[in-house]
Amino acid sequence: MPTTKATAGTAGESAAKPTIIGQLANPTRFLSLTEAVLPWLISLAAACLAVGVYLAFFVAPADYQQGDSVRIMFIHVPAAWLAMFCYSLMAVAALGTLVWRHPLADVAAKAAAPLGAAFTLLALFTGSVWGKPMWGTWWVWDARLTSVLVLFIMYLGLIALWRSFDDPGRAGRVAAILTLVGFINIPIIKFSVDWWNTLHQPASVVRLDGPTIHPTMLWPLLIMAVGFTLSFMALHFGAMRAEIFRRRVRTAQIMIAQQRAPAAASASAVTPVAESAVSGPR
Amino acid sequence: MSGFVALIAQTARLGLRAGGGALIGLIFFLAVVTVIPFGVGPDQNLLARIGPAVLWIGALLASLLGLDRLFGGDREDGALDLLIVSGQPLALVVLARAIGHWLATGLPIVIAAPLLGLLLNVEPLGLAAVTLTLLAGSPALTLIGTVGAALTAGLARGGVMIAVLVLPLTVPVLIFGVSAVNGAIADPDPFTAPFLILCAFTLGAGVLGPVAGAAALRLALD
Repeated sequence: MPTTKATAGTAGESAAKPTIIGQLANPTRFLSLTEAVLPWLISLAAACLAVGVYLAFFVAPADYQQGDSVRIMFIHVPAAWLAMFCYSLMAVAALGTLVWRHPLADVAAKAAAPLGAAFTLLALFTGSVWGKPMWGTWWVWDARLTSVLVLFIMYLGLIALWRSFDDPGRAGRVAAILTLVGFINIPIIKFSVDWWNTLHQPASVVRLDGPTIHPTMLWPLLIMAVGFTLSFMALHFGAMRAEIFRRRVRTAQIMIAQQRAPAAASASAVTPVAESAVSGPR
Repeated sequence: MSGFVALIAQTARLGLRAGGGALIGLIFFLAVVTVIPFGVGPDQNLLARIGPAVLWIGALLASLLGLDRLFGGDREDGALDLLIVSGQPLALVVLARAIGHWLATGLPIVIAAPLLGLLLNVEPLGLAAVTLTLLAGSPALTLIGTVGAALTAGLARGGVMIAVLVLPLTVPVLIFGVSAVNGAIADPDPFTAPFLILCAFTLGAGVLGPVAGAAALRLALD
C-alpha cells in the first residue's frame, strides 16, 4: 500500500539508496537535517533581504522617467520569478509522487502550493501598485498579467483540491496529476495569451526591464532575488516540517481511535472517549 | 471495438434520457445568452460585436454542467470497478465516456449556437464561423472537463470543484476559438491559423485527456 508508506513517517528501509534525494526519503532524517539547516537559512535570508532592501531603497538611483516608483520592481520581479519557480518545483514533486513514489514529494508539493499562491499574489499586487501611476490603471488585460492571473487561479484550485480529500496520500496523488496537466498548460496559456493580445492590440505592452538595466539597479535586484529565494526555501522547509508533523499527529490519532474503538463499542458512554481521541494523544 | 462503440452509445443514451444533463446544458446555454443583453444593454451593434464571444463563453460554461455525473454515477453503482477489471485499457474507456458525453451535451450546443447567434444579431458569416469553431473546439472542452471529472470522481460533492479546476485550463481553447471567429468576420485577421491550432488542441486533448483521466480514475478507486 503506497498510502501507508507516504503517511507513516517512520519508515527507514529506503536508507540503502546512496543519493541525497533517496536519503531524504526518510522523513526523520529530513526533519533532523532541516532542523540543523533552518536557522542558518533564515539568518542568511534575512541578511540578504536586509542588504537588498537597503541597496534598493537608499543606494540605487531613482529612474529618470519613473522616479522612485521603479523601486517596486525590486520586490515585484523576485516575487514573479518565485511564482514561476514554485510551480516548476511542484511539477517536479508531482513526478516524484507519481513516478518514484517518493514519500516526501507530495509533502513538498503541498507545502509549496500556498507559498506559490502568496508570491503570485504579491507579484500581481505590486505590479498593479506600480501600474496605477505608470500606466494610469490598476489592471490591464495584458498577456503577462493575464497568464499570471491564470497561474494564481490554478494555485487556488490545487489548494482547494488538496483540502477536499481526507487521506493526504490520495490527495497528493490526485493533485499531482492536476499539477502535471497544468504544467503542460501553462506554456500554452502564456503563448496563447501572447498571441491573442498581439492579434487585438498593437505591441503597446510596457516592458519592465527597458532596454538595458544599469548595474546600480541590477545588483540590488539580484541580491533581492537571492534573498527571496532563500526565504522561500526557509518557508518551504518550515511548511514541510509542519506537514510531516501534522501527518504524524493524524496517524497517531487514527491509531488511538482504532485502539479505543472496541472499548468504546462495548461501553455505553461513547462520547468522552471519541472526544479524547480527536483531541490528540496528550 | 464493439465494446468501445457500445460504451459511447450507453453514455450518450444516459445523458439524453430523463435525469441526464443534456437538456439542462442546452437550457443553461440559452439562459446565459439571454442574460447577456440584460447586462450589457440591447444595443444591436454591440451585441453583434461581442456575440461570437458570448456564444463561446456560453458553450464553455454549459459544457461544465453535467461533468460530475460522468464518473460519479459509475463510482456509486460499482460500474467503474467493472470497467476497470474488464481488462479494457482504461484510457479508451475514458475516451468512450468523453465521446458519448460530447454527443449528448456538446453536439446539441453546437447545433443550437447559430440559432442563439440570431438573437445576438451576429452576421451570417459569423454564425457559420461560430458553428464551425465550436464543432472543432468543443470536443477539447469536453475532454479537458473529463480530466476534471476523473480527478474529483472520488469526492462526494465534486461538482463545483470541477468548474474551478477546469476553467483555467480551457483558457487557450477559448482564446483561439474566439480569435478564429473574429478572423472570419474581420478581414485583416487570419482565420486558418487559429482554427488549425484549435483543431490541434482537440487532437492533443484527445490523447492527453484520456491518459490523465485514466490515471486519476485509478487513484480515485484506491
